[in-house]
Amino acid sequence: MPRMIVNARINGEEHELFTDPHRTLLEALRDTIGLTGTKEGCGTGDCGACTVLLDGSPVNACLVLAPEVEGKEVITIEGIATDNTLHPVQEAFVNEGGLQCGICTPGMVLSAVALLDRNPTPTETEIRYAIAGNLCRCTGYDKIVRAIEVAAEASR
Amino acid sequence: MRAFAYHAPSSLAEAVAVLEREGPGGRILAGGTDLLVQAKERGSVPRYVVSLRDVHELSRVSFDEAGGLEIGARVSLGEVADHPEIRRRFSAISTGASLVGSYQIQNRGTVGGNLCNAAPSADCAPPLLVLDAVIDVHGATGRREIPLVDFFVGPGRTVLGADEVLVSIRVPSPPSKSGSAYLRHTPRQEMDIAVVGVAASVALDARGDVASLRVALGAVGPTPFLAREAGARAVGQAPDDATIAEVARIAAGEARPISDQRGSAAWRRHLVEVLARRAIKIAIGRALAA
Ligand SMILES: Cc1cc2nc3c(=O)[nH]c(=O)nc-3n(C[C@H](O)[C@H](O)[C@H](O)COP(=O)(O)OP(=O)(O)OC[C@H]3O[C@@H](n4cnc5c(N)ncnc54)[C@H](O)[C@@H]3O)c2cc1C
Ligand code: FES
Ligand code: FES
Repeated sequence: MPRMIVNARINGEEHELFTDPHRTLLEALRDTIGLTGTKEGCGTGDCGACTVLLDGSPVNACLVLAPEVEGKEVITIEGIATDNTLHPVQEAFVNEGGLQCGICTPGMVLSAVALLDRNPTPTETEIRYAIAGNLCRCTGYDKIVRAIEVAAEASR
Repeated sequence: MRAFAYHAPSSLAEAVAVLEREGPGGRILAGGTDLLVQAKERGSVPRYVVSLRDVHELSRVSFDEAGGLEIGARVSLGEVADHPEIRRRFSAISTGASLVGSYQIQNRGTVGGNLCNAAPSADCAPPLLVLDAVIDVHGATGRREIPLVDFFVGPGRTVLGADEVLVSIRVPSPPSKSGSAYLRHTPRQEMDIAVVGVAASVALDARGDVASLRVALGAVGPTPFLAREAGARAVGQAPDDATIAEVARIAAGEARPISDQRGSAAWRRHLVEVLARRAIKIAIGRALAA
């Protein structure tokens, strides 16, 4: 099948993605427009490294076909800071040591941003539940949970 | 992933027309959380997919007392898990949807996809079985309704024809004194596949005895299924611990578990009995509170 054009708003900018229909959103983001902040861990929905926000909700970009985002809004890790100011969640990850190698971090941050958007005062259980689909091989999670708690307090 | 063609029809009729015109090797694409994993991992790549992306008529949840609940094929698991009326009146269904994968998976995956994928462990299946769900299907030869009890054929197989689309899942309004629950056992709390899943629904009569009771089991047979003998045994009994224990024991006897890397057959049978007891108890509690 010929390539197709997919129109989507990515990090606030209108994009025309020229893509094969069987390519994923993850491939389109990384390889077509060069937004390499979104990572690939497993490619099968298990690790959450590829998490992006699709119309505000976290999804695994490795399991979304690129043409599925036609007319939709995509936010990646590159799209949440404003000018030179980090998003409060990013700021808290830095200050609380919520990352080591950094591979899980873009996905973790976006899951946390989505959580705080719909629930500004989450309990620890709600935080752990919200990041259940994001695996981290380095931190042991506690500092990540702490960072999200701090971000929630800071945003209040 | 090997290449395939992509169609995005804007109506149900058009989706069926595409399947009819393009012929074998096509697949409906709902959330893609099963389809794309199978394409990547097992190389089971369709020749073409028909996406429900633009079929907006399938993205509705509706509920009214007379008509019951209807969940469109494109409705996400997350929407079902959070829906206030589903949580209140159809608790087992919202629980089943809320247990699938992660938020990321629930935001894309659908109840329809969970049923059509027909995994023995599908978490939406036991809840829908105990609540008498009916599948609404549209195909080249027209519309038909399939009771969910007749829907599954084997692992990964349903009675759906190649040119048929699941349109919606319909569930009748539960009677007044009734309740339902779904429990599953997984080694890890989230992001794991059920070793055993058990749903129960209970309706009480005016005297407070059991008017009807259903138990459905997941991951202990080639398909999710209703444990019919267990349910029948409870009718007319008081909803007490003795009844619950007996129903759970019969349900465990109806299970057809296999041993695999996630658990032995004997352990699974034991889990059925334990989870059935607990699920029936919760369902009775909800019926008494309804
Ligand atoms: C990381 C991960 C964790 C998971 N965890 C669980 C879990 O805990 N419990 C669980 O039960 N499942 C789990 N799943 C499986 C999957 O997410 C669910 O089965 C989901 O409900 C599938 O829905 P979908 O819309 O994504 O289906 P799709 O992948 O779009 O479709 C699945 C199949 O059904 C067919 N189909 C879909 N919709 C229709 C329709 N309307 N008409 C005809 N055919 C149709 C497709 O052609 C395909 O064959 C998990 C998957 C992943 C990747
Ligand atoms: S890369 Fe998408 S979930 Fe792992
Ligand atoms: S920081 Fe390395 S995987 Fe999380």
